[in-house]
Amino acid sequence: MPMRRSASPLHAVRAAVGCALCAVLALPALMFDSPVVLGAVVVAALAVGGVAGVAPQLRRALLFALPFALVIALLNPLVTRNGLTVISRFGEVPVLGRVDVTLEALVYGAVLGLRALALILCCALYAAVVDPDEVLRLFRRVSFRSALTATLATRMVPVLQRDGRRMADAQRCRPGAPPSRVALMRAVAAGALDRAVDVAAALEVRGYGAARRPPRVRAPWSRHDVAFAAVAAALLALTLGAWLVDVAAFDTYPLVHGDWSAGTWALAAALVLLPLVPFLDRRGIEPRAVAMQAAWGRR
Amino acid sequence: MSLLALERLTYAYPGASGPALDDVTLHVEEGELIVLAGRSGSGKSTLLRLASGLVPHVHGGTVSGEAHVAGMDVRDHGPGELAAVTGSLFQDPETQVVMGTVRNELAFPLENRGESPAAIARGVEEASLALGIAHLLERPTHALSGGELQRVALAAALVGRPQLVLLDEPTSQLDPVAGDELIGLLRRLNEEWGTTVLLAEHRLERCLTAADRVLAMADGRVVCDADPSAFLAWAHDEAPALETPGARLLATAGLGPAPVGVKQARAVLRANGALPPDDAGTAGIERERTRAGRPAFEVSGPRPVLPGRGRTLSSGPALKLRGVWVEPKGQPAILRGVDLSIAPGERVALMGRNGAGKSTLLRHVAGLQQPTRGKIAAGGRVALLLQNPNDYLVHERVAEETSMEALEAVGLASFADRHPRDLSGGERQRLALAIVLGGDPADAPALLCLDEPTRGMDRAHKADLAVLLGRLAATGTALLVATHDPEFAAAVSDRVVLLADGAPIADCSAAEVLSGGWYFATETARILRGAGGALDPDAGAALVRLQLAASARKPASGPPTRPHPTEVRHR
Repeated sequence: MPMRRSASPLHAVRAAVGCALCAVLALPALMFDSPVVLGAVVVAALAVGGVAGVAPQLRRALLFALPFALVIALLNPLVTRNGLTVISRFGEVPVLGRVDVTLEALVYGAVLGLRALALILCCALYAAVVDPDEVLRLFRRVSFRSALTATLATRMVPVLQRDGRRMADAQRCRPGAPPSRVALMRAVAAGALDRAVDVAAALEVRGYGAARRPPRVRAPWSRHDVAFAAVAAALLALTLGAWLVDVAAFDTYPLVHGDWSAGTWALAAALVLLPLVPFLDRRGIEPRAVAMQAAWGRR
Repeated sequence: MSLLALERLTYAYPGASGPALDDVTLHVEEGELIVLAGRSGSGKSTLLRLASGLVPHVHGGTVSGEAHVAGMDVRDHGPGELAAVTGSLFQDPETQVVMGTVRNELAFPLENRGESPAAIARGVEEASLALGIAHLLERPTHALSGGELQRVALAAALVGRPQLVLLDEPTSQLDPVAGDELIGLLRRLNEEWGTTVLLAEHRLERCLTAADRVLAMADGRVVCDADPSAFLAWAHDEAPALETPGARLLATAGLGPAPVGVKQARAVLRANGALPPDDAGTAGIERERTRAGRPAFEVSGPRPVLPGRGRTLSSGPALKLRGVWVEPKGQPAILRGVDLSIAPGERVALMGRNGAGKSTLLRHVAGLQQPTRGKIAAGGRVALLLQNPNDYLVHERVAEETSMEALEAVGLASFADRHPRDLSGGERQRLALAIVLGGDPADAPALLCLDEPTRGMDRAHKADLAVLLGRLAATGTALLVATHDPEFAAAVSDRVVLLADGAPIADCSAAEVLSGGWYFATETARILRGAGGALDPDAGAALVRLQLAASARKPASGPPTRPHPTEVRHR
């Protein structure tokens, strides 16, 4: 999923702020078990992506993430023995042993699935709105190799997408029965490894291996940088504060017990609404120029 | 001190049965423009990767002997350090572009060197102007065409003003116009900046005029190190597959010396009174060709049974396009009202600049995409061989990819137990062809479409492919071949459709299209200025012989032929 510029205040902010916003959006998904908070993170990521003009990219990520989350949710009750409320007994099952499905394990599976969904969406938002080249510049002064590895992981995705599309077309050109999925997966994996070697070679001949510490470039903060940075700071403070005072507490074992108080709902509402506030200020955004660039991106 | 110095260098890839470079001694001096010639697998790419430090630092393997680039020992200095003096460009531009926008891509090598922001900005500006890509600077790299990507990758290789530029078939994905522009640009860099260029290329006729020196490689060894003219003389005797069409034309006609380019070939012909008039007829050529008894490309051996043999041909056209438009939403039309009809067994080449719509047309003909408007009707199954044969290879054994009949048809039956990815580039191309053809005679394609089938292929493999396609067409399968290579188009087609901006601008016999232009013309046609519609060296030589005979019969009149300064001898 390549990053494509669009006419949104989020695309106008520096990479550090974009990274920070995506990170603090994902943070509650890691710190809280409450389905309300996890749901709020999912909604927040989708809402931010929607107003930033990257809804199609997030929709694709959602289509990938939903089955993944569902598998996690369904697998957990089958492999865990925790929980007191048995809702179904399957008896002895080969490999798994005795399987008693509990309500608590089912709920915890749903929490894990929701968490995976929230994290995938936050990562998809990051990939769609933060320029990987700027991230590379941002972190190369600190840890060049780590930054480049992370950035290239993002850059490899569109290359592999194109390879996958070409391979799918090639298989459509075969007469007779198509090859098995296993054979295709094996070929795609082999192709991805070849591609990774090629990209690594390209980096080396561009002087990456002998990279020197680049000079610091200072750019003034724009109003959008300030607005999103402030929101990121507020979200961080809110998340840490809520965690410290035990708002939105949620336990699944041995029995499901959660905090459904107004505080939990207020935290969820803040997580959804706060990141949308900076989008109200569209001053300085040049829709025409950016729209042109977006049009190039669609070619 | 030589810029690149190899002394008795031998290198083998990890796990390889033999060395890729074998006892190579070579010195490249500053300011030279050297062309690396040789068949696929001869060691050209390995030599370039050694000079850039990728061998052995990225690929591994064992090295013996000495290798120095600008005084740095390649074994001690990796590609990152060698990048300070070398700029590298390899075949596939998609994998060489690593940043999100063109501006960032050009800035990346300079940032790696720790240059100041002002120096980076200046470097980016100058490189983009030199390569004519200033208008692309803010474009996302994933939105560039293949030709644009190749220019951007070249600009990124040059932005640090390297002393030594290493290029591995940089024109393989470019149309003739862009390819010639690129070679011209390299010559300009070499002459104006003194940049040393080491260029591996299969289409030698395109770059020999710009070269100071040619290194021919075979089996990892340097087998010829000479100036272009001496190289061609050597190639005529020792490696006919490396001979340019122009050199072969004159050699077949019994004239010499071997010409390095069109200008020199015409000078030789003029000095011998053998330059045919532009309106020379074709009857004599046909007579001569019949006497000679062999076409331009011919291979010996038993003729394989092709999948199409024995099937009943339909009486209608193999393909009929009526008013086909492709208009993607929010973008300019890619195909604009294309009308095209191809008869069974007809061989058609599709030519045009990068982005003219050739690949799109083939994809629509094969049913991978549907047109916005218009009708496409085929007389049977349409097989499509896409640009990258690797995309078809998904199994562990060649035999699992397709039937034995299909493998036999393309001459790969003996490779049945090999892994497909262990095959050479040419063999993979043939295997992919076998896959799309299938082995069932009842399901033979009515039309075979090929998209740039000779990309990165050497001349000998092209000749083999042309013969194979010719045999297939003889069974009644029509061919539609998109290619940038006029020599291959001449060998494989009897009709050429020239596309421009999504619409056919010429649809005539191959002789008419490929003999009457500057770019979309074979070297033979350019030497003879299209006389007699001769496209390949044998047809051209026949015409030249007729002209020589006519000159000999004609009584001497007028002023004597002025000798050309070039040494001219009659073989």
